[in-house]
Amino acid sequence: MENLIIFVLAAFIGVEILTKVPQTLHTPLMSGANAISGITMVGALVTAGMVGTPVAKWLGALALMVATINVVGGFLVTDRMLKMFTRKPRPPRDD
Amino acid sequence: MYTVIALAYLVSACLFILGLKRLQSPVTARRGNQMAALGMLVAVIATLFLYEILTPVEMIAATVVGGGIGAVLARRVEMTSMPELVAVFNGFGGLASALVASAEVARYFSETPAAAEAVTGGAPPLAPLTLTLAVTVAASVLIGTVTFSGSFVAFAKLKGLVSGQPAQFLGMRALTVLLLLGVAAAIGLILYGAYVFAEDSAFLMGGLLGLGGLALILGIFLVIPIGGADMPVVVALLNSYSGLAAAATGFVLDNIVLIISGTLVGVSGLMLTRIMCDAMNRSLWNVLLGGFGGADDDDGPDVEGTTGGTVRETSPADTAILLTYAEQVVIIPGYGMAVAQAQHQVHELAEVLEARGVTVKYGIHPVAGRMPGHMNVLLAEANVSYDQLYEMDEINPEFPNTDVSLVIGANDVVNPAARTKKGSPIYGMPILDADASDTVVVLKRSLRPGYSGVENDLFYNDNTRMLFGDAKESVGELTTEVKALG
Repeated sequence: MENLIIFVLAAFIGVEILTKVPQTLHTPLMSGANAISGITMVGALVTAGMVGTPVAKWLGALALMVATINVVGGFLVTDRMLKMFTRKPRPPRDD
Repeated sequence: MYTVIALAYLVSACLFILGLKRLQSPVTARRGNQMAALGMLVAVIATLFLYEILTPVEMIAATVVGGGIGAVLARRVEMTSMPELVAVFNGFGGLASALVASAEVARYFSETPAAAEAVTGGAPPLAPLTLTLAVTVAASVLIGTVTFSGSFVAFAKLKGLVSGQPAQFLGMRALTVLLLLGVAAAIGLILYGAYVFAEDSAFLMGGLLGLGGLALILGIFLVIPIGGADMPVVVALLNSYSGLAAAATGFVLDNIVLIISGTLVGVSGLMLTRIMCDAMNRSLWNVLLGGFGGADDDDGPDVEGTTGGTVRETSPADTAILLTYAEQVVIIPGYGMAVAQAQHQVHELAEVLEARGVTVKYGIHPVAGRMPGHMNVLLAEANVSYDQLYEMDEINPEFPNTDVSLVIGANDVVNPAARTKKGSPIYGMPILDADASDTVVVLKRSLRPGYSGVENDLFYNDNTRMLFGDAKESVGELTTEVKALG
């Protein structure tokens, strides 16, 4: 039940924050959000890290690898994009 | 012990929220992304240290390999291929969630409750296999797997490995309905299997495998009928699914930080999906049913000049004169600019014009390109200052004061038929009012209609000039001509 409450409240926070993201940043928003959804990595760490259940461990290890691609790749590529969004001074005019 | 972990998760959830909030402005966005990354680090470290995870070798290997692949992908990717990369990442996110949920279920198969307590180290004990848990597992596997296979179809379409045309065959919808029924049956089997698990575990196993397999096919069937230019909607929606899959996994593991971050991502994707649909004046349902458009189809709408007008062709030299003596020029980029990789040439032209005192602005339609914000990223890559990039609502009032609108590889988003022609497939779609400017110059390879298959009335207007050719070459020639004017 608490989980459901957290889910709904997080959705409200999300709407509140994300609707104000300008169109110009929608691609970095997607790739950044993608990296955040790699949070499954945490779940993968728990399942991969356990002894005694080989199937769970290997499924978890595979999940961990895939989720890490998402996390590392997602944050890095978002940073690469955001680095490019700069405000440049206008070039000097001839007249 | 668990309190410390919960606190660490709370910290990382807060960092995610604050990080996303900083994406509200390009000034703070980079810092925001770094905060989110820090949040991830906190969550991972807390999990590692506090659960006393026992088999580090496999985990280190998995992390290093995964991290390496991620870093290489992030560094190597061309900005024009960003939609493909985002699609792939969506797919991985979904896959990871489905795998984690499966791994959690696998524990029930190989552990007796007593053994579980003895061997799991600091890992959380197994919750009883309730119906609620079964529902969340089913949701996680279903959403995660559909996201995975759907994303890779989207990737293949974006990459051009599969035709971007909406693919449909006879009985496809019936087959999709059958698949959905199969999915429902598999979920029923999972619930029943959880109920009788102690006596017979085969039902749960069968249900899960069935659900995984069906979901894999379903993901393909859901994306394949959708055409290339509707990919912004698809990519945004799959982005949302990948978040929802993580949230569902959070329910399975009873893990707060997974629920919060998964939900944030889910909301983000849904919001983008809605913006994209609104910008095309189509319902999400209409997009998902697919089959819209098909510019290269022979059986598409009448390609002959339905407006019956004539087209006025122009040359780079004439256009250069127009541009040089303009006070304000608005550049309208579309997918054609991305295909031609012309963004750097466009920026060079803009700089040359600005040096001659012309005000240059960019008007960007929400669905220009193949994913939300696609044009903005390309132009940012070409060093265009972000304060020159205008959204549709900001730029539309400017057109009456604009001397020249330069349409580069865009089509449907400037078609006045959207305003005037009832019954046109694009009627009601909000467009950039380029036709309100004094002169419109359209850079295009041919007169072929855009994605919607609708003839573009703009091309036949009295104040429109067509500059045929590859966008990159044409823009390059324009720059040379402007420079030659001294």
